[in-house]
Amino acid sequence: MKHLPWGAQWLFLLLALWGVPPVHAQSSKDASFLSTLGELREASYSDKASIAERLSQTGHPSVRAVLTAFLEQRLYFRSSDNKIFIVKAADADPLNLIDPLTLKDAGSATADSMAQIGTNNALRSALRATVAHFSLSSPDAAVRFDAVREMARSLDEPAVTLLRQRLAVETNSGVKKEIATALALAALDGSDPRSRLEAIATLKQSVSQDVRNRLALLVDKSPDGSFVESDQQVRQAAAAAVKTIDRWRNFYSAFQTLFFGLSLGSVLVLIAIGLAITFGVMGVINMAHGELMMLGAYTTYAVQQAMPGHIGASILVAIPAAFCVAGAAGVLMERAVIQFLYGRPLETLLATFGVSLILQQSVRSTFSALNRSVVTPDWMSGSLRLNDALSITYNRLYIVLFTVIVFFLILLVLKRTRIGLYIRAVSQNRPMAKAMGIRTEWVDAMTFGLGSGIAGVAGVALSQLTNVGPDLGQSYIIDSFLVVVFGGVGNLWGSLIGGMSMGIVNNLLEPYAGAVLAKIFVLVALILFIQVRPRGLFPPKGRAAEDK
Amino acid sequence: MFRLWSTRKGGDQGGVWFLAVLAVVAIAVPVLNRLVPASSAAHVSAFGITLIGKYLCYGMLALAVDLIWGYCGILSLGHAAFFSLGGYAMGMYLMRQIGPRGVYGNPILPDFMVFLNYKSLPWFWYGFNHFPFALVMVVLAPGFLALVFGWFAFRSRVTGVYFSIITQALTYALMLAFFRNNMGFGGNNGFTDFKDILGFDLHSDSTHLVLLVVTAAALAASYMACRAIVDSRAGRVIRAIRDAESRTRFLGYPVESYKLWLFVFSAVIAGIAGALYVPQIGIINPSEFSPINSIEAVIWVAVGGRGTLYGAVAGAVLVNYAKTYLTGAFPEIWLYALGALFVLVTLFLPRGIIGLVSGQSKERPDPKPVE
Repeated sequence: MKHLPWGAQWLFLLLALWGVPPVHAQSSKDASFLSTLGELREASYSDKASIAERLSQTGHPSVRAVLTAFLEQRLYFRSSDNKIFIVKAADADPLNLIDPLTLKDAGSATADSMAQIGTNNALRSALRATVAHFSLSSPDAAVRFDAVREMARSLDEPAVTLLRQRLAVETNSGVKKEIATALALAALDGSDPRSRLEAIATLKQSVSQDVRNRLALLVDKSPDGSFVESDQQVRQAAAAAVKTIDRWRNFYSAFQTLFFGLSLGSVLVLIAIGLAITFGVMGVINMAHGELMMLGAYTTYAVQQAMPGHIGASILVAIPAAFCVAGAAGVLMERAVIQFLYGRPLETLLATFGVSLILQQSVRSTFSALNRSVVTPDWMSGSLRLNDALSITYNRLYIVLFTVIVFFLILLVLKRTRIGLYIRAVSQNRPMAKAMGIRTEWVDAMTFGLGSGIAGVAGVALSQLTNVGPDLGQSYIIDSFLVVVFGGVGNLWGSLIGGMSMGIVNNLLEPYAGAVLAKIFVLVALILFIQVRPRGLFPPKGRAAEDK
Repeated sequence: MFRLWSTRKGGDQGGVWFLAVLAVVAIAVPVLNRLVPASSAAHVSAFGITLIGKYLCYGMLALAVDLIWGYCGILSLGHAAFFSLGGYAMGMYLMRQIGPRGVYGNPILPDFMVFLNYKSLPWFWYGFNHFPFALVMVVLAPGFLALVFGWFAFRSRVTGVYFSIITQALTYALMLAFFRNNMGFGGNNGFTDFKDILGFDLHSDSTHLVLLVVTAAALAASYMACRAIVDSRAGRVIRAIRDAESRTRFLGYPVESYKLWLFVFSAVIAGIAGALYVPQIGIINPSEFSPINSIEAVIWVAVGGRGTLYGAVAGAVLVNYAKTYLTGAFPEIWLYALGALFVLVTLFLPRGIIGLVSGQSKERPDPKPVE
């Protein structure tokens, strides 16, 4: 028992250090930037373009935001003191102001007290070029990437020239590829059949929906039955390219389904690991396992309430906290109720079900029956974009990683530590373990505490995925028992494989059958599976197996 | 016939008391409703009739659970499913009886089907306009499910907690299925707004009184049937299976067949209980399938005293009376009380209230299995 919380805490400390975002240093060019910006108020349209050019040369970190706002007609100045602000939305009243230097909120003002810095068509196209040029030369590859995408939406002659120039000096392969795609899209509209075919060959490597649709247009027929595209060679090449793109997109979407399945499976595994210990090792049917998870989720909520300024770190604090809360509840349960019921699993089922009702009601009485919202920290929201067809949300990614970490930690605790040795000894042969001087009662309490603690940790993960309410635990308990039975009682690897495959099968079926029917199929399949192999995928072996 | 009236050791004195109390209820409730003026404290209101009818249905469900758990050691967490299936079979008959009196006035299709744009009646609804057919289905639906499920499970020797877990999964799967609108069973609203049964108005007190008496009679009959089974030679084999399954098998008894038929019989009793429950309560919906209902039924048995049959019924009535009272008077307290009941009964009253009354509270009904 001693080893896990400490090991876990070190790990989480490491995670914490890794998760802290770097702090940007503020540049000192503020003054010159501000004075150049100030000139915009009274300048003519033609002068405004050159002022914008000069602004972009200051290299101030907020240039892009200011110029974009200017382009979108969201640059205003306050009539009373001539100070320039960006507004969040131009048609709102009152206007929400953003400070152009720090890009932080600067309160709000009525629309009457503010005046817009006007633009015209010529100025806007000049600005667009300036913004694009500026973004394209940004040191941040992600900014350049987004700029190219933005430009690809509306390609005109200056944009193409700009992209050509950039391609010559670009070093980042991702941005290079994106520029090539954009240039190919532009070339598609040209007249030279050779360069159009080359463009299609380039576009074939993309997996973006936009590119696919653009190519599909070339294959279409117009209403009168003739082909939109007159060149047959181009048409055939486009058709082949669409097919290739579709194949890749299907591949990636299958991959995505697989990953969603893995993340769903991870949740099941995370829940089932705790059960695998209490049910598998101790033979206790803990119907309150779901409620211990709920305690973990509420601990996350409480920790967030206690440290409102540090949402990012609160999750990392919540993990050991939830482990301790749920673990303590587990030890209490074991000492108060379960220790009298060993060897009678059916009665532990009833007694722990009673405990689960009490836990539910006490949470309902303390926190109210309404759902509590747990905030997702910044580093867990958003998604990792691998390419146009595949992006993975961070919370799912972290949950898969987290499950793997917890799984191996538990494996480590059971296989490599003294307490793990005791746990295995007691579960295999209680009287003999006792004879060897192991305090079996203490080991029982610790084992149950360990299983319960992991339930609490699973609760932290769940709080990021679903609503935190008193019924949180109930919805998962049946699934997780099935995972344990499916995998083979007492076998952690079985639970891992069982949970993951349940998650994947569920997600594979979902598009065809719908969520509920997919779930029913999985349940029925598991019931049938247990008929064929009553002891699960990896049945317990040896003499100890026969007693259970 | 069942050594019912014998006073020798092993005679069913508790059963005699139980049947007597049941007869008194069946006679007294109509009398107290009809003959005692509404102003009197002894008057049983229409609400009271429904309530007592409900308790008796739960008692029957508990009886079914006790037969299989108390005597054969099989903890089924699927009895809520059998109960609900019987209820749904009866509900389908009652829905067909509504006829053109529904909100949409369709003579064939029940309201929810009109609402969900059904063009014609699904095939599995055919025949439910006939009462005898509905009665057959009340028995067949849960019985057949139990037969198929039990046949697979017992043949594969799925026992103990594994059996509990998969029966629970079965109930859960059925609940999810019945919640679906396009299953043809009314989705999450289930069936309600019934008009009459066999031509008798379901809103009148006298129909409810008759239903109550019928329920009491059904309960008495099931009790006697269960008693006959457990007192027979087969009953002794069943108890032997509970105490030492492998030994019984080695002695040459077909353990699986005994378990299977007992399970089917128990499921049928649960189904009949459900069928009697629906017309009295006036609604059946998928939440009746929820796994917690099965577990609650088990706790009624545990509270009353497992392996006694009448104790199970007493437990069901007592716990549900407490539930009615507490959820009304102290809604906060009810779950605490139920939870504590689960814990305390399993820890301190292994033989339930009956054990407490007969002074055998310490001895467990099933000593650790000898293998």
